[in-house]
Amino acid sequence: MKGKVWKYGDNVNTDVIFPGKYTYSPLTPEEMAQHALEDIDPEFARQVRPGDIIVAGRNFGCGSSREQAAICLKAAGVQAIIARSFARIFFRNAINQGLPVFVQEEVVAGLNQGDEVDLELEKGELVAGGKRWLLPPLPLMVLKIIKAGGLIPYTRQKLADSREDEKKRT
Amino acid sequence: MGQTFSEKILGKRAGQKVKAGDIVVVSPDRILSHDNTAAIINEFRKLGISQVRDPEKLVIVLDHVVPASSEKYAQNHKIIREFVREQRVRNFFDINHGICHQVLSEHGLAAPGTIVIGADSHTTTYGAFGAFSVGVGRSEVASVWATDELWLRVPETIKINLEGQLPPWVYAKDIILKIIGDQGADKANYQAVEFSGPGAKALSLASRMVLCNMAAEMGAKNAYFHPDKKVFDFFQELGISDYEVVTSDEDAQYSEVINLNLDKLEPQVACPHTVDNVRPVSEVEGLPFHQALIGTCTNGRLEDLEVAAQILRGKKVHPQVRVLIIPASQKELLKALEKGLIKIFNESGCVVINPGCGPCLGAHQGVLAPGEVALSTANRNFRGRMGSRDSFIYLASPATVAASAIEGRIKDPRKCLL
Repeated sequence: MKGKVWKYGDNVNTDVIFPGKYTYSPLTPEEMAQHALEDIDPEFARQVRPGDIIVAGRNFGCGSSREQAAICLKAAGVQAIIARSFARIFFRNAINQGLPVFVQEEVVAGLNQGDEVDLELEKGELVAGGKRWLLPPLPLMVLKIIKAGGLIPYTRQKLADSREDEKKRT
Repeated sequence: MGQTFSEKILGKRAGQKVKAGDIVVVSPDRILSHDNTAAIINEFRKLGISQVRDPEKLVIVLDHVVPASSEKYAQNHKIIREFVREQRVRNFFDINHGICHQVLSEHGLAAPGTIVIGADSHTTTYGAFGAFSVGVGRSEVASVWATDELWLRVPETIKINLEGQLPPWVYAKDIILKIIGDQGADKANYQAVEFSGPGAKALSLASRMVLCNMAAEMGAKNAYFHPDKKVFDFFQELGISDYEVVTSDEDAQYSEVINLNLDKLEPQVACPHTVDNVRPVSEVEGLPFHQALIGTCTNGRLEDLEVAAQILRGKKVHPQVRVLIIPASQKELLKALEKGLIKIFNESGCVVINPGCGPCLGAHQGVLAPGEVALSTANRNFRGRMGSRDSFIYLASPATVAASAIEGRIKDPRKCLL
């Protein structure tokens, strides 16, 4: 899928991704998307298009455990985030929301704000400006969750399967 | 080969010998959530089941916006109270208790050798008691409510050796700010942190909680202090003895060992807009500010309030500074009240607010206007966190904040000769 690069630096924290003042308001993902990255880049929410990717430095998503930081980016249409490193709770939250996240130094060094990219998630391949990069493969557990569309649908299926097994046994 | 605390406890609970990097599935002892419980309930309802697997494990504390400041927060709390009744959650703490990390701690719900997960990044706090405690997101909590299982990667561990002794007017907050400033906000990403050495042993439980709480600000998955007599006495007083202490081995493998000598440590200040932008107080002295906050899950306990009161006693806060005091819990407030501290705060011109998170996350009770500067004992100074994206937050110890509140400008508390 094709999209554009939104590039940010190190330590992009969850407060600038999704400000705390909205955290306990019952918002839909689409409403959350309108505040995505509001305190670091007010242009982002207005101009982001489905298929765009975020490319960032170290420790992306540090700070609060608020899952809206992942939800709002996914709802804004962000296809994947590629960073030098992620804060651990954000990393889990992104996967749990079915938003793929990759640690790939060379992509971060090689891409700039506004670059056109073509990302093939299934193949783990990213093409931009005639260059081609391979993304590190995701662990099996993570892939299963992303494929299910996030942790909630994944767990729902798991629970349904175990009820089914139970029935068969009895 | 010896094991770290995290390797040992996760291995024990997963029923297999593990090393850093392994993925294990464990069943936690406690599952914490706060005002975000309403959002978790929403996710839980999508799972196709009606009952939480083990309601005894749930700990739900209303603390983020208490009492409710608007209709939507009120609705949020209402949904949570109904769920608590429906699922028979015993460990529910309504708005009259305090901040979740303090409330869970003071009820002895994070005993040594237990596993606590929480839908809050500062869940790392309970390492102060020798628990393995780790923050996760909302979907994850909803999923664990249903399955009683969580996957975790066994973390590598950084050991932080605290040598020497803290000088007067220098505190736990200064230790952790110094470490984060030196090491960076992502130093311990995906890793555990073990605090050890004579400097660690000398710290009170409240001070150990400060270090473990803010370990989250260096990216740590969990933090740990070797449980000692202080911890055992604390649980004994609560009548809790059914726990098994887990400790790291002498010959455990650490990814890194960091040594810090406390003898010459100065008070530290984290400057906007990252927690690792730390300078010694001498470099920021004289900076004017508009609002001071003494409280939060980092520094709202009795020992923090005592230091602040010691400095503020008989003095007036600067007329151009608003000073907010928010004890971490009702229990801490009561202790402060009995010791006469609340009277001191009141007479010096502070505003004492009910226990809770207050304006730390910019939701209510003293949010900042554009251009305003706050000096706070909280754990985060991210842009926009306490209100306007054009405001500025400095973080320091209760002593530094109290001394500065009188001056109206950031001041070195060591100059408060009593």
